[in-house]
Order: sequence, then structure tokens, then C-alpha cells
Amino acid sequence: MGSISLWNSAKKIITAAVITVAVSDRIVTVVPVRGGSMSPTFNPKTGSWMEETFDDHVLVEKFCLGNYKFSRGDVVVFRSPLNHKETMIKRIAGLPGEWIGTEHNNDVIQIPSGHCWVEGDNTASSMDSKSFGPIPLALIRGRVTHILWPPQRRGSVKRTPQQGLSSNQLDPN
Amino acid sequence: MTSRNMGPFAQRIIDFTKFLCYMHVINTYLISPVVTLGPSMLPTIDLTTGLFLIEKISTRLGKVACGDIVVVRNPQNPRFCMTKRVLGLEGDSITYISDPENNDKAKTIVVPKGRVWVEGDNKYNSNDSRKFGPVPYDLVEGKVFWKISPLKDFGPFWNK
Repeated sequence: MGSISLWNSAKKIITAAVITVAVSDRIVTVVPVRGGSMSPTFNPKTGSWMEETFDDHVLVEKFCLGNYKFSRGDVVVFRSPLNHKETMIKRIAGLPGEWIGTEHNNDVIQIPSGHCWVEGDNTASSMDSKSFGPIPLALIRGRVTHILWPPQRRGSVKRTPQQGLSSNQLDPN
Repeated sequence: MTSRNMGPFAQRIIDFTKFLCYMHVINTYLISPVVTLGPSMLPTIDLTTGLFLIEKISTRLGKVACGDIVVVRNPQNPRFCMTKRVLGLEGDSITYISDPENNDKAKTIVVPKGRVWVEGDNKYNSNDSRKFGPVPYDLVEGKVFWKISPLKDFGPFWNK
């Protein structure tokens, strides 16, 4: 009798875990934001002693992965192109076919098809497309829609950045 | 009456949802079926539609080695995947003919950190790293390890 109830509760736990994983892969998930590369949108006060506790937690929706339709200004979560175990949060600054000019090496490059250009809002300290180039859209794992934590900063994430990005988008016309 | 009918119906929906969740987890983390099309892996995988199983565990553990046949998400179009062979991991140097239609000039590059070099076995008709460069490791979906269809070739496929 005892082994049957043990088996039943094990089954329940496994099912709950499977449902959690499926929901967080397919529908919606919550991730913490580490570091200040997206400041001031996320983690505006890095370097304080309570950094860990007050890391922003954001809501990431996964429906955008169905058709990979993104707009410029979307904040996305993606796997780092340098290390597949690392996840990054940046803002899309350019979509396939657009031209991007970077400030530090006066180069103008066209983003190849299926790729996008990502940049952090905190241009001073951000590891982004300026160092590793355009990333494939297939690396994207979701779009950030809301800040959930800390409570006083709860709210939706704006599509347009609060400050101008360092790269100048060049109008193709 | 409605409530009496709703009971089993709701239960069926819950069971179906659970089933979908299990399918998702198995498909994403363990084993997934893939259909192959096209000439790029000739002669290893022939032109006709084939059904294969790919396993996701070794990719997740970082155990992809040179010579493995893998399914890679197309960096040029994230909606599609393709079957290719891994020919180089990060740090390996690769020599290839960059522009086979016009000249025989060989080009050598070193695969950058976190990327892999994939090529089709059919060098003459394959859209692969020679065209779009090394792909980020995360785009490797899984390793082909079992052939299902055509049924006469049913069996393991990991040392091909």
C-alpha cells in the first residue's frame, strides 16, 4: 500500500515538473536579469550591496517564437553566440536587410537574412552585437514584456529605448 | 446534467494537455523525429524522404564531435532546419573552397569560440557553413542516431 502511494506521489511530482517545463518553454517564463548592461531599463542601480536581492525579474513570452516576427526595439532573451550555456537580454536594434553603422569602427554593414542586431541599453558596458556581430534569430528564446520584481518597478517594458542607441540606423532610402 | 457531462470532458482535456506537455518535454530534451529532404547529404542520406530520430542529450551535454551528422537550425531562416555533418569545432582550422563556381582558391579560417562548422556530404549541392560561415553551437538541435524510414534501412545510424 505504501509503495503504491509513493509511486502515485512520484508520478504527480514528475507530471507537475513536466507541465512547468512545457509552460515555461512554450508559453511564458520568468527570468532574473543579471548585470547592468540593460540599465536603466533593468537593474538601474547596479553595484549596490543589495544587488542580488533587487535584481529585476522579468516576464518572457514565448509565442513570438512561432513565427519569429520581431520589431526593432523589442527586448529579447537569447542564447549567447559565444557560449550556448549563457543567456543574454538585449534590445533588437536592427532587423534583416537593414543597415547598421557602428560608432567605434566607422563600418556600415547590412544585417544578413535571418539575423538581427542586438544592443544593450547601457552602451557603456554591454557585450552585444558591437563585439560579436549580428546574431541568428534562431538563438532568440523569448520576448520580455513585463518587469515583475521589484514591486515598485512593476510594469510593462517599453518597446522603444529610453535613451538613443549608439548605432545610427541608416535609412535605406 | 451539464455538470455530469462536464466531468469526464474536462478530465479528457486535462489528460490531453498533460499528454502534450510530456510530448513537448520528450521532443525538446530527449528524442525527436525529423524528416529529411533534398540532395545536400548524398550519398549518406538519399534524395527520397527519410524519417530519422535525433537525440538531444549529447548536444545539451556539449558532446558533439567532428563527423557527427546533426540537425542544425538554418541561421538564415529560423523556421527551417537542415541535416549536415560537423566538420569542425571551436578552434579547429578549416580549409574550403569559398567560391567553387568561379575559381579553386582555397580559404582557411579558424572556427571562433562557441561555433561549429557544418557541411553537407554532397559538396556540390549544399547550403552550409561554406556559404553562411560557422554557426553558433546553440543552433545544433540534435544528433541523428536512428533511421526509421525507408523501413528496409531501419536501424542505428550513428557511425555513418
